[in-house]
Amino acid sequence: MDLKQLYQDIILEHGKSPRNLGKCEGYSHEAKGYNPLCGDKVHVYIKLNSEKKVEGLTFEGEGCAISLASASIMTELVKGKSFDEAMDIMNAFLNMIKNTSEIQSKHLDEDQKTKLMSLSGVKQFPMRVKCATLSWHTLVSALEKKKEEVNTEKVD
Amino acid sequence: MDVNEIKSQFPIFSKKINGKPLVYLDSSNSSQKPLSVINRLNDFYRNEFSNIGRSIHSLAVNATNKFEETRTSVKNFINAKFNEEIIFTKNATEAINLIATTFGQQNIKEGDEIIISELEHHSNYVPWHFLREIKKAVIKFAPINEDGDIIIEKLKELITPKTKIIAITHLSNVTGTIVPIKEIVEIAHKKKIPVLVDGCQSVPHIKVDVTDLDCDFYAFSGHKVYGPTGVGILYAKKKWLEKLPPFIGGGAMISEVKKDNIIYAPLPEKYEAGTMPTAEVITFNESIKFMKSIGIDSLIEHEKEITNYALEKLKKINSVKIIGNPKNKAGVIAFTIKGIHPHDIATILDEDGVAIRAGHHCCQIFHEKMNLTATARASIGVYNTKDDIDILCKAIENCRKIFDLK
Ligand SMILES: Cc1ncc(COP(=O)(O)O)c(C=O)c1O
Repeated sequence: MDLKQLYQDIILEHGKSPRNLGKCEGYSHEAKGYNPLCGDKVHVYIKLNSEKKVEGLTFEGEGCAISLASASIMTELVKGKSFDEAMDIMNAFLNMIKNTSEIQSKHLDEDQKTKLMSLSGVKQFPMRVKCATLSWHTLVSALEKKKEEVNTEKVD
Repeated sequence: MDVNEIKSQFPIFSKKINGKPLVYLDSSNSSQKPLSVINRLNDFYRNEFSNIGRSIHSLAVNATNKFEETRTSVKNFINAKFNEEIIFTKNATEAINLIATTFGQQNIKEGDEIIISELEHHSNYVPWHFLREIKKAVIKFAPINEDGDIIIEKLKELITPKTKIIAITHLSNVTGTIVPIKEIVEIAHKKKIPVLVDGCQSVPHIKVDVTDLDCDFYAFSGHKVYGPTGVGILYAKKKWLEKLPPFIGGGAMISEVKKDNIIYAPLPEKYEAGTMPTAEVITFNESIKFMKSIGIDSLIEHEKEITNYALEKLKKINSVKIIGNPKNKAGVIAFTIKGIHPHDIATILDEDGVAIRAGHHCCQIFHEKMNLTATARASIGVYNTKDDIDILCKAIENCRKIFDLK
């Protein structure tokens, strides 16, 4: 196992200064996520416009460097995408964490893929996978407007 | 006490974790096991295995005798008066549930009050919450101060004629606070209120004498006392066990079964339904022998020395904050590092072979009170050395380096 793989500079940097923190103005969708094992919390706010495009995407949260960095990077990459594109990126991310070792999505450019790959270090740390995936599950929940809070013990 | 000799009795310490010697600082969660305990379990299965109580063949008689020998050892170890005051369960959680359920069934009605404290582990809260749901009971929390001590005067003020039971921990699994149980029992008994004590963290680390404490119920888990998993102990005064209804129904807890009536078995079998963790209970006797071979006074002295050493060293590290500063503290040290989440600390420490715990340690009420979501926790066992603490502190420095803290 390699700590440097897990705590890459970009992760530490996003963990320290997360982007898009707070509530976005005029948000239309929101959802909360919770990891009962460690107490990590995230609250995702989305502003979908009439063309179902993610015009605003922000989050509030408490958690470890991995979970904050993951949420922060997610907001950067998904903002500006359509509903379907956002779902595709989310699936590509979860697929990378669980199965493949690369990001397969035509909605991200190479730089964006590299950025997302910085989270791949968690694959070697099974106890930390949920830290990386919490905000993404919560994003889906918000997009689908599920009322129930995301609980990492109930999703896989 | 020769700590290196003691450490050498634990086979796990010859293993490497991530290529490093294991520094085990998670004994509050569960302790490691000495060879005598491991061998006993193996030996029982190889040479002596039988279920207890039900058959009259030699193996069954032997197993039954050995099972009862553990009961006697436990009774002596915590200085209870009678063997039948010791009930085996699967863990402390089940022991507390046993009392909450049976006591609640018989003695709690709508509006009755249960006092617990803000230090409690979820195991000494959730079972009482069930009574809040089922019986519409009220739960009151005895508050703690910044140091992590229960404010006894405030606890006193919570007592009303409706208070039916006080359930409180003997030793906090977050701050290491040693709670003045004897004083609380005296206060409660003046008002004829029974007291349940969660002794999970106390039995392995301080002297416990239930007769001296005079508490009504005392619960703990064998796996934290250098014993196997699957063994919990409930001590309860005989007068209560005779009066309360049974908990789990089935074989072994009955003496006569008719179509229209059932007569329950006498104590302690009344509370030990079904096949028990026979091998584990029998093995637990070795854990008590291990504790006795060290002697509780030497053990306390050793753990105090290591704890004080750890506190001094940790306080010198920039940005480390120790949570709580109780009047009497045992070897449980919760801390935070400004700028690093406890989860990240635990992952980085693990790479150096240092096992600690991160999270809320099943004490969300406490963390909320202290405005924390999570803490890192190093907890000390009889096998820990000053070297372990030095390695811990070095690993913490490594965390600070990775996170580029000044
Ligand atoms: C204070 C306290 N109470 C109760 C428990 C529950 O013990 P068990 O899980 O063995 O039932 C623990 C252990 O985590 C504890 O530390």
